[in-house]
Amino acid sequence: MKQIYETADEIIDGIEDGATILVGGFGLCGIPENVIQALVKKGTTNLTIVSNNCGVDDWGLGLLLKKKQIKKIYASYVGENKEFERQVINGELEVELVPQGTLAERLRAGGAGIPAFYTPAGVGTPVAEGKEIRTFEGKEYLLERAIKGDVSIVRAHTGDTYGNLVYRKTAQNFNPMIAAAGKLTIAEVENLQEAGSIDPHHIHTPGIYVNRMLEAAQENRIERKTVREA
Amino acid sequence: MDKKASREKIARRAEQEIKDGDYVNLGIGMPTMVANFLSEHKKVMLQSENGLLGIGRYPTEEELDADLINAGKETVTAAKGAAYFSSAESFAMIRGGNIDIAILGAMEVAENGDLANWMIPGKMIKGMGGAMDLVHGAQRVIIIMDHVSRDGTPKIVNNCSLPLTGIGVVDRIITERAVIDVTESGLILQEILDDSSFEEIQKVTEPKLKNNI
Repeated sequence: MKQIYETADEIIDGIEDGATILVGGFGLCGIPENVIQALVKKGTTNLTIVSNNCGVDDWGLGLLLKKKQIKKIYASYVGENKEFERQVINGELEVELVPQGTLAERLRAGGAGIPAFYTPAGVGTPVAEGKEIRTFEGKEYLLERAIKGDVSIVRAHTGDTYGNLVYRKTAQNFNPMIAAAGKLTIAEVENLQEAGSIDPHHIHTPGIYVNRMLEAAQENRIERKTVREA
Repeated sequence: MDKKASREKIARRAEQEIKDGDYVNLGIGMPTMVANFLSEHKKVMLQSENGLLGIGRYPTEEELDADLINAGKETVTAAKGAAYFSSAESFAMIRGGNIDIAILGAMEVAENGDLANWMIPGKMIKGMGGAMDLVHGAQRVIIIMDHVSRDGTPKIVNNCSLPLTGIGVVDRIITERAVIDVTESGLILQEILDDSSFEEIQKVTEPKLKNNI
């Protein structure tokens, strides 16, 4: 049995100022929005955040940003957020931009006990500055380090009381690697079920990685609504 | 030609690069438009870096689903035979060489295939997204862009002045005016797409072109 919490405010108990927090999601898709809002409310500060993006001005990680709770962020794309730009220009926020595939693999490595790996992405670019370059079979690669977190926060569609998680459609994205890469992993799920009710074939994240769980509905905000005529 | 017509022309020409059975990744912006012109006679699977193989049409209002987006964060649908997966799996299939073609935009392309398409020093940096991974993984990297920048200076240059996305990664450049291949013996003009002469294309292209028309 995992620790099941009733509220997002309680599930963040023990997360300290200065923590490194890995946050699942791509854009506003598959973000643990309830737990993020609890951190905003509590005012936990001086955070290092690792996440593909940083939300928008009024939602997701953008809410933490607005209250200046983030000290440093690792992300691959941050172009949707005016407050982000303002804080970077004023030197209030430190940013490390990481190629998206490298970010996914650094997190995967972090959860998988691999300290570092070589990738071609970024060779000859600003990303390579200060990194070891090594040639394999005539092609250059650079050494990238694993990322681990004090806390991981993920969003899944269905979870069970043993911590098994199932993601929905493209809301999977970074969540599985992040679930595995944190010392303390918090999962918020749309539907929390009794263990045994999810077909084991369909589990994306085995419960071994998950510590705390919360059943919480999602607003399902859409960043770029794009439709065709019916 | 107005901007929209010019972009459409480039996208239509880029579509011809895609073969039946290809797995294709389309970058954000103009490259995404290529999907609008995909021939019904080709079976093509479009890959989206955020974890979807088989991007379908844009949804109707009724089909809208916040959990189903493309790498540009637009709402999409899933095509028949689509698969969902994690970002790590997505970039494993990209770096692993399984994507036949990546079609991307650019700010500058150099004679040797160097690509700059992610940052302009002094302007707010938005991030490279998946571009640096894609340019190394895809079997062919095709750049689609305007032939010259807004002030008329060439975007196909001897050496990129902007920070790079990748070294020597571009295979072919398609603009509203020409199709140019990047080869070990330099840039080769393969097609002229308007009524220009070779000399006129050369005038707006910094490196020396070889004429293969």
